[in-house]
Amino acid sequence: MANVSENDQIAIGTAGPGCKKVDPILVATGVVRQFGGLRAVDVAHVEIPRGKITALIGPNGAGKTTFFNLLTGFDKPDEGTWSFEGKDLAGVPSFKVARLGMIRTFQLTKALSLLTVIENMRLGAQEQPGENFLTALIRPLWRKREAEITAKADALLGRFKLDAKREDYAASLSGGQRKLLEMARALMSDPKLVMLDEPMAGVNPALTQSLLEHIKDLKSNGTTVLFVEHDMHMVRHISDWVIVMAEGKVVAEGPPATVMKDQAVIDAYLGAHHDTDLGTVGSKTVATDTATLKSTAKETD
Amino acid sequence: MDFIAIINLALGELVSPITATFVLCAIGLSVHFGFTGLLNFGQAAFAAVGAYGMAIAILTFDAPLWLAVIAGMVASVLFALVLGIPTLRLRADYLAIVTIATSEVFRYLMTTIGFAEVTGGSNGLSQFGAEFWALNPIPAGPTYGFGPFSYRNDQLYMIVVAWTLVIVGALILRLLMRSPWGRVLKGIREDEDAVRSLGKDVFAYKLQALIIGGLFASLGGMVFVINLSNVQPQSWGTTFTFLIWTVLLLGGAATILGPIAGGMAFFAIISITQGVMGGLVNLGWLPFLTQPQVGQIRFILIGLSLMLLVIFRPQGMFGNKKELQFNG
Repeated sequence: MANVSENDQIAIGTAGPGCKKVDPILVATGVVRQFGGLRAVDVAHVEIPRGKITALIGPNGAGKTTFFNLLTGFDKPDEGTWSFEGKDLAGVPSFKVARLGMIRTFQLTKALSLLTVIENMRLGAQEQPGENFLTALIRPLWRKREAEITAKADALLGRFKLDAKREDYAASLSGGQRKLLEMARALMSDPKLVMLDEPMAGVNPALTQSLLEHIKDLKSNGTTVLFVEHDMHMVRHISDWVIVMAEGKVVAEGPPATVMKDQAVIDAYLGAHHDTDLGTVGSKTVATDTATLKSTAKETD
Repeated sequence: MDFIAIINLALGELVSPITATFVLCAIGLSVHFGFTGLLNFGQAAFAAVGAYGMAIAILTFDAPLWLAVIAGMVASVLFALVLGIPTLRLRADYLAIVTIATSEVFRYLMTTIGFAEVTGGSNGLSQFGAEFWALNPIPAGPTYGFGPFSYRNDQLYMIVVAWTLVIVGALILRLLMRSPWGRVLKGIREDEDAVRSLGKDVFAYKLQALIIGGLFASLGGMVFVINLSNVQPQSWGTTFTFLIWTVLLLGGAATILGPIAGGMAFFAIISITQGVMGGLVNLGWLPFLTQPQVGQIRFILIGLSLMLLVIFRPQGMFGNKKELQFNG
């Protein structure tokens, strides 16, 4: 749960759209992406705090996923600069962005269906010399690294409770399990920043809790998390910082408790139902004790 | 009808150099399509580039055989680069269109009179095999082998060389596809963006796959023209490509043994249908057909069987149905 003292350490000065952070890992300035006449993304300035869980929220069409695509090199902005750990990322192709330690997942899960679960995991690893064509022909050159990768993959599969599915094709997993697999796969390379695009979308409530725990674990291991989510309850529950986008712009920023009360946010996103939504345990909410959740929700109000 | 003769002919097809040609090309296509998901409909061009590369090196530049073979392979790598660099960013279906067009362009370039001095134009090239045949270590003499597998020394030599290439090719394919490199290719087949998001240079992998698959085809092309002792531009039409596809799909696209088994089965079936239908026509049982039409009908049946194969058994003889489905 976010608390006031922690928030003070995140931002320099007053929290507000585009505010400076004490220790930003990702900084974007003047990033604009136009689709025809529509300015899908028009972010003046935004900084993502290191070692925290940051939620990126906003109504449908706010440009969250497009912004994700721009930051990770899957799309090119019309203008703007952005940097990861001080390294300028403009024009850097997506696979190089990933190698720098900034790994994303997708809104529509991209499990590699006709590879087994363990092969999916192995593919997430970096620095496997056997991925080079010439080295691939000589097994001794990559066998040792393969064993290390496999051990790590097995450990992660255990953590994500997918170990029983190790030899199954990813196609045979349920939607929620695929989300878990995609997240576990992203962790194979020990990323510094994990960017999750709607990690909870389509996930069965029974799995939601474990996904939330995994995201919190990431933070305790020192990984920075940036996620897009529509589920306000989850945002409230695990994020340290919330960035709100509407019509391509960052309209509000701050700790979850503050942001939820921001009139701009309520207007742009939460609408008239904001109070009822927060207290209600909907189809996608956490499968723990409802009473606890309700009380935490009240606490932050 | 002489069934023994029909069966013997079919058995002979199992190991013929022509079969080996298509198996090599199909191994290459399995790298492209089966493992990487590249819809290459221009595999005939890779074979043609290898064949012309070798023949031109020998005839125009007086290169020794080993150098000519390397020249053919280098030519196929260059062809893969020229074809791949502008097109591999295209979606799979557009790549199919571009490859089929490129393949036809190459064939017409070889036919055109402007380059006839080097390419032989529509007459093609011949008499480039002398050094290959001179290297034959098998002494002339009585026929070798038994029953349907009886060969003169030069025939046996050709078969041994062709199938050695097939075996080496299949072993290399096996090594590659069990390696992390092969894993990346299979990942690309499933979802490029996912593989990209994991830090792999998808474009470079696709280009490598195109090159490797093309190299197999170029060797196939060389076997083909040495066996026929000439290079004809009209050999490398779309039919050549579609035969490779049939062989590959029959055996199983994402398998190691698939192209080999598919090639053997395909040419044996062709031979049997030719023999049986020809026999039936001779007996007067198929009054609506003439002997020359039998050859044509066979290809209609092949087209039909290819359709049935893709619909009902997309994984081929050896494939794992779960691993290869055309509807994804």
